[in-house]
Amino acid sequence: MQFMLLFSRQGKLRLQKWYVPLSDKEKKKITRELVQTVLARKPKMCSFLEWRDLKIVYKRYASLYFCCAIEDQDNELITLEIIHRYVELLDKYFGSVCELDIIFNFEKAYFILDEFLLGGEVQETSKKNVLKAIEQADLLQELFPCLKRPCVARELYVRGRCQVSTHYCERT
Amino acid sequence: MPAVSKGDGMRGLAVFISDIRNCKSKEAEIKRINKELANIRSKFKGDKALDGYSKKKYVCKLLFIFLLGHDIDFGHMEAVNLLSSNKYTEKQIGYLFISVLVNSNSELIRLINNAIKNDLASRNPTFMCLALHCIANVGSREMGEAFAADIPRILVAGDSMDSVKQSAALCLLRLYKASPDLVPMGEWTARVVHLLNDQHMGVVTAAVSLITCLCKKNPDDFKTCISLAVSRLSRIVSSASTDLQDYTYYFVPAPWLSVKLLRLLQCYPPPEDAAVKGRLVECLETVLNKAQEPPKSKKVQHSNAKNAILFETISLIIHYDSEPNLLVRACNQLGQFLQHRETNLRYLALESMCTLASSEFSHEAVKTHIDTVINALKTERDVSVRQRAADLLYAMCDRSNAKQIVSEMLRYLETADYAIREEIVLKVAILAEKYAVDYSWYVDTILNLIRIAGDYVSEEVWYRVLQIVTNRDDVQGYAAKTVFEALQAPACHENMVKVGGYILGEFGNLIAGDPRSSPPVQFSLLHSKFHLCSVATRALLLSTYIKFINLFPETKATIQGVLRAGSQLRNADVELQQRAVEYLTLSSVASTDVLATVLEEMPPFPERESSILAKLKRKKGPGAGSALDDGRRDPSSNDINGGVEPTPSTVSTPSPSADLLGLRAAPPPVAPQAPSGAGNLLVDVFSDGPAAQPSLGPTPEEAFLSELEPTPESPMALLADPAPAADPGPEDIGPPIPEADELLNKFVCKNNGVLFENQLLQIGVKSEFRQNLGRMYLFYGNKTSVQFQSFSPSVVHPGDLQTQLAVQTKRVAAQVDGGAQVQQVLNIECLRDFLMPPLLSVRFRYGGAPQSLTLKLPVTINKFFQPTEMAAQDFFQRWKQLSLPQQEAQKIFKANHPMDAEVTKAKLLGFGSALLDNVDPNPENFVGAGIIQTKALQVGCLLRLEPNAQAQMYRLTLRTSKEPVSRHLCELLAQQF
Repeated sequence: MQFMLLFSRQGKLRLQKWYVPLSDKEKKKITRELVQTVLARKPKMCSFLEWRDLKIVYKRYASLYFCCAIEDQDNELITLEIIHRYVELLDKYFGSVCELDIIFNFEKAYFILDEFLLGGEVQETSKKNVLKAIEQADLLQELFPCLKRPCVARELYVRGRCQVSTHYCERT
Repeated sequence: MPAVSKGDGMRGLAVFISDIRNCKSKEAEIKRINKELANIRSKFKGDKALDGYSKKKYVCKLLFIFLLGHDIDFGHMEAVNLLSSNKYTEKQIGYLFISVLVNSNSELIRLINNAIKNDLASRNPTFMCLALHCIANVGSREMGEAFAADIPRILVAGDSMDSVKQSAALCLLRLYKASPDLVPMGEWTARVVHLLNDQHMGVVTAAVSLITCLCKKNPDDFKTCISLAVSRLSRIVSSASTDLQDYTYYFVPAPWLSVKLLRLLQCYPPPEDAAVKGRLVECLETVLNKAQEPPKSKKVQHSNAKNAILFETISLIIHYDSEPNLLVRACNQLGQFLQHRETNLRYLALESMCTLASSEFSHEAVKTHIDTVINALKTERDVSVRQRAADLLYAMCDRSNAKQIVSEMLRYLETADYAIREEIVLKVAILAEKYAVDYSWYVDTILNLIRIAGDYVSEEVWYRVLQIVTNRDDVQGYAAKTVFEALQAPACHENMVKVGGYILGEFGNLIAGDPRSSPPVQFSLLHSKFHLCSVATRALLLSTYIKFINLFPETKATIQGVLRAGSQLRNADVELQQRAVEYLTLSSVASTDVLATVLEEMPPFPERESSILAKLKRKKGPGAGSALDDGRRDPSSNDINGGVEPTPSTVSTPSPSADLLGLRAAPPPVAPQAPSGAGNLLVDVFSDGPAAQPSLGPTPEEAFLSELEPTPESPMALLADPAPAADPGPEDIGPPIPEADELLNKFVCKNNGVLFENQLLQIGVKSEFRQNLGRMYLFYGNKTSVQFQSFSPSVVHPGDLQTQLAVQTKRVAAQVDGGAQVQQVLNIECLRDFLMPPLLSVRFRYGGAPQSLTLKLPVTINKFFQPTEMAAQDFFQRWKQLSLPQQEAQKIFKANHPMDAEVTKAKLLGFGSALLDNVDPNPENFVGAGIIQTKALQVGCLLRLEPNAQAQMYRLTLRTSKEPVSRHLCELLAQQF
């Protein structure tokens, strides 16, 4: 996989992960082009498209688009399920994940992704093992308690939250 | 409470994020961000030391700002400080910041590397993983230099935790991809293969990716992974859906791992070991069988995971291309998907079938789906699916269905999306040419293309139709009639005017007999379009007009009037003005004879590969033209690929404008406008199939102009005898002498020496070759004291060689005095690849007795080798691209000479290829690369010679883009050692 982008229906980028070295300028250009291309597609269209010399695999979950760029010989369907597994991981960790979780806890979204995919390849597919790694880390910080611990982020956005996945609903 | 409560909330960060979200405008957002940046900057610069928590919070804020798309130019130092914190979350945020915002500030990199080094040495698996993730995320060369040697150790260390191994494997993969030279191969590589046997599925999953990448570059070193991968795959495929616990995904056991294993196997040919192969075939069959079973779940995740494995299995079957039974089953399975209600599956089935179409075993099976595919082209609502359907039609096209497919594609073109029109146009043009049985159909098709999608018809397409019409007498009259009719349309595309103008200028006389298309009618029809056209088209039309003056003297007055008009003679465009002035003068001062000579019909174009194909390849990347390049399916189509059967005259006619080698000294007096596409026509010579001509063929405009200049003398013509000795027919000469082959072999790797010697005669050779040209000096020495009479050496082209190799000889004196030597010069041009050397027949009378002798001239295809230097990476990439079984030729043979590396080197260099060092992991082996230069095409060649001193054997492997060339080179070279 060359990169993964998460963006909203309004075209706001929520998460970006690049597995190939590119300049910031190039990244912005790619993001702009791709967001535009994907948002222009109609709901019933197929989840794959050719773009430059890459294959784009994308799927929409509620208000968020998950979009992966893979190389010619990579498998499209399994990439679609990489996306789904990532959504499941987020969902399990946050408990019914929604776009706001990813906005307010973007660093956690990155950490989970790093446990699941590394260097663009699947590292660990077991949901248990990925979450165990993250939870271990969370536990570790409890051993070194910080000054402010409780979940403050959540109360700030608890109003008006919409779930990404209502148990992994298909495109709505 | 959700799991997140365990998270370490940063209130300040949350407040900031919600502030940003509440901003009503972009300006307000920027204002808020600037305020925050100022705040953070002052905190970082302040005298008071920040505690870890604050540092983490501010670094996190900076990261958020950066991810919003703003530039961040400070905070790196604070992030680096966090790396050495002993609080996990602080360290973690530090690493995240570094991963996202790498800075090549060398001072900083040193500090970062230091922190990573500490964490790697910490033996705390969580910290080690963080450090490995950071290396994998950044993947820079500096990090590679610092850690590439350590990570293999961590990977194979017995005491490494599973999670650390996983991260280490993928971290190494990233470094290896970025800078393979930094990763030392060694003892660990053998152990890494055994990770395929690891208990922990996660470790296997991560390791397979690494192994696959290593295999691609060093296939031989990792061969043992084949059997391990097969047994692992077999265990997964045959396991029940619950056996693998958390590695089962929606009732599918380990789908990611299965796909990766199938991918790994695609790095290799089918397993040689029968047991392994049997087990693998069983796996593949099981997967195909499972596809027919009812689904275990209605969830799309279940079917996606299952089908991901199925498609990867089919890819492997196609890659092997050796099991007809499996190929046909794969094809049937894809056929089912073609009608599936899931758009994704239809898309993938069309895509996968495209590759199946090029296998000889399944080509026919694919063809049975033609109606479904045509239907998809018409009814699919998603343009990307329609595009796949068009690709598949192109791939499955052959002589039997070409007319149907071309007409469907033409119909589709009328409504096709703008984005893919140009590609469809190219495909139609290629298919029409390749499968044209009668050329009137071809002409009709191209004119239809211009009519339907004129804007998308590129220069390559309409140049090509002109070349073909020019070279084929039988279609010229039809073409003239058809363009004349097409031009009647009140609004016709400018490309039609160009084609029409050119064809009528050349062949308008063929329809001039009909009063409805009499010369004045033709002229006024063309001229009615003149004013609406661009400068380039008008320039072409002016050339047509001057040609008309020659063809139809009755139009002379009218046309001179047009040329004389102020709008032409004083045209602001210098090209038009010059043409008008020159043509007007030419028509006034030149006699009819001169005019007829200058404006004679264009000679046939030299045979060359269609430049359209090159364009399509460029658009689609290598492999796109596979259906066309694929000679094996339809061997008879090879000649059509070049478009025009070469008439003997094309071979020797120096094309006035074909300046392929840049040998023509003076530029044409009127510089033709360089066709815009010319520079782009270069295609990778290593792409599959006959590579395209690197330089564009003569453009019609150029050709017109060059008629007016004195015919440039080719350098060959300067040396050649004005009346070359007539070749005796093959029946006149005897068969080559028995030793001819052996004598020839001596010259495969060298250019100079004694070719033949007996009591009477000695023949010496000196030759030099450059690109596709060569010059050979033959020295005939009379060893006797008696004069040779009627001495006549000549060169004969047996079989098809005539069209492949042009040899011009100079006649030598008919008498050779005793003890004297005469010299003969041969100019050689390689037109296309050839297998048989030309024959040299020497006849003379010695003391009244006729003597005759036939030898093989030491001209072999490798003489036209041009060495190519390339890096190891490129070499392997190209090697892989040439992986079709018929592109490879291999010979294992006993050494006939002492095995000396230096001698071998010299021979390989003499053979013509470049020797590449540091490519083959085994330093004993030789690896070479080169391009065979012929006039019509270039053939990329890669070679590998593996000596085995112990067994006194060699293994020689050749891969080229043309099958006969691989075999031939292999045979030639194998006899040298």
